Amino acid sequence: MQLLLFLVLALVAIASALGMLISRNAIYSALFLVLNFATVAVYFLLLNAPFIAVAQVSVYTGAIMVLFLFVIMLLGAERAGSVQAIQWQRPLAIALAVILFLEAGYIIFTQRGVTPLVTTPLPEGFGSPSQVGTSLYTSYLLPFEITSVLLLVAMVGAIILTKGEKK
Amino acid sequence: MLPVHYYLGLSVILFIIGTLGVLIRRNAIVVFMSIELMLNAANLAFVAYALYWQSMNGQIFVFFIMTVAAAEVAIGLALIVTIFRTKASIDVDQISTLKG
Repeated sequence: MQLLLFLVLALVAIASALGMLISRNAIYSALFLVLNFATVAVYFLLLNAPFIAVAQVSVYTGAIMVLFLFVIMLLGAERAGSVQAIQWQRPLAIALAVILFLEAGYIIFTQRGVTPLVTTPLPEGFGSPSQVGTSLYTSYLLPFEITSVLLLVAMVGAIILTKGEKK
Repeated sequence: MLPVHYYLGLSVILFIIGTLGVLIRRNAIVVFMSIELMLNAANLAFVAYALYWQSMNGQIFVFFIMTVAAAEVAIGLALIVTIFRTKASIDVDQISTLKG
């Protein structure tokens, strides 16, 4: 049952990622990517990570992709760059991607039996928001504070970059 | 629980599609979206291994990766808007402003 769910969702995820890659219009690319992020959020639910799944939906598909769609429609540049300037770039890129895929596939295939399947039951409340919060505020307090500074810097930087020139 | 290799394989496939997007597409916004796809594939591997080792550290790292991705998107899209204002194009082949 879980395998069937995994396979169907994998089909949707890969098809939507390919749709993002192939579609000519950048708006369709953004919408395909929203679908992909939503399916990955379901995977996070399957993997006992409800907090990460909700954060995925609210941060990625909510905030980030809305920002993307907003910028695409603001610029009106959804069809830019359809002509390839360098002719040999696309075949070379596909060849490099195939090589990377073969390497990764070989590694995963040969390492298949090395890590045994864990069958011990999960501890109580694994991945729950309270456990994530406890871990964030005890062992990861300094990185958590640094991320707040990072977000502040990004916000100030975006405002300074896009504000109009003083006449 | 399914074997962790299933999730790793899916993560690899999504990551390589993102790599192809960075290499092939010439629209700067689509290149950015491909980078998001690669970050998300890495997140999937992190969460799969977090369940496998029954450790919260993987999920905490996914949280930090999401934060960095959000900051990166804010700065990157601001840069794209600024470049579009000066050059009226977001084709990455035509952006050579920093060339000496």
